[in-house]
Amino acid sequence: MITRQDSIIIGTITRLLIPFIQLFALYIIMHGHSSPGGGFQGGVIMGASFILLGITYGMDMVKKIFTIRLLTIFTSLGVLIYGGIGLLCLLLGKNFLNYGVLPISAPRSMGMFGIEIGVGITVMAVMVSLFYDLVEFE
Amino acid sequence: MKFACLVTTLATFALMIYGALDMPVWGDPDSPANSHVSPRYIEKVMEETAVPNMVTAVLADYRGFDTLGETTVVFCAGMSVLLILRKSKKEKRA
Repeated sequence: MITRQDSIIIGTITRLLIPFIQLFALYIIMHGHSSPGGGFQGGVIMGASFILLGITYGMDMVKKIFTIRLLTIFTSLGVLIYGGIGLLCLLLGKNFLNYGVLPISAPRSMGMFGIEIGVGITVMAVMVSLFYDLVEFE
Repeated sequence: MKFACLVTTLATFALMIYGALDMPVWGDPDSPANSHVSPRYIEKVMEETAVPNMVTAVLADYRGFDTLGETTVVFCAGMSVLLILRKSKKEKRA
């Protein structure tokens, strides 16, 4: 079981850095269209920010913020978003995952954006879930 | 028993190296992978998808079904570790 560290330096630096790490992860997911990145990379960085919080402040605090129930909801939510967009394209007339029939401007670009969000959510939740399970195994 | 496993592993390794010697040179523009479908993706990606990043366009649009399978595999890996390693509250107290 990881407990709280007693060092002021580590606690302060972690508290200063975690919002920037999460913002950077969101930037990488959003800019998957024009720069290297995308869903998988941004999701891993986002999960790493929660792992950093867990290492520094102890497992009890992280489990209060990111509860296990919320974690299991997020793991399936990402795959649901991905499959849901594909099914929506099927219901609107054409093949599965054919983004051209979505009723918004630049449909293929926005369809890709939606599925990258789904991939990012699932990867983040699986990273934090693996960390929770491997820490308790003693 | 262990000697038989070692011999099998080394034999498979040797067969794979022998098969890999016959593949095209790295970065060859005339190899079948680079001349059949890749030029079509590179030429048509801006006018069909309006996304400048070709890697993301191939991953999420042209080969979107494979990415769905990949995401499902990540989900299943997380669920498997959860099922094996997570203890319920009754076991923790016992």
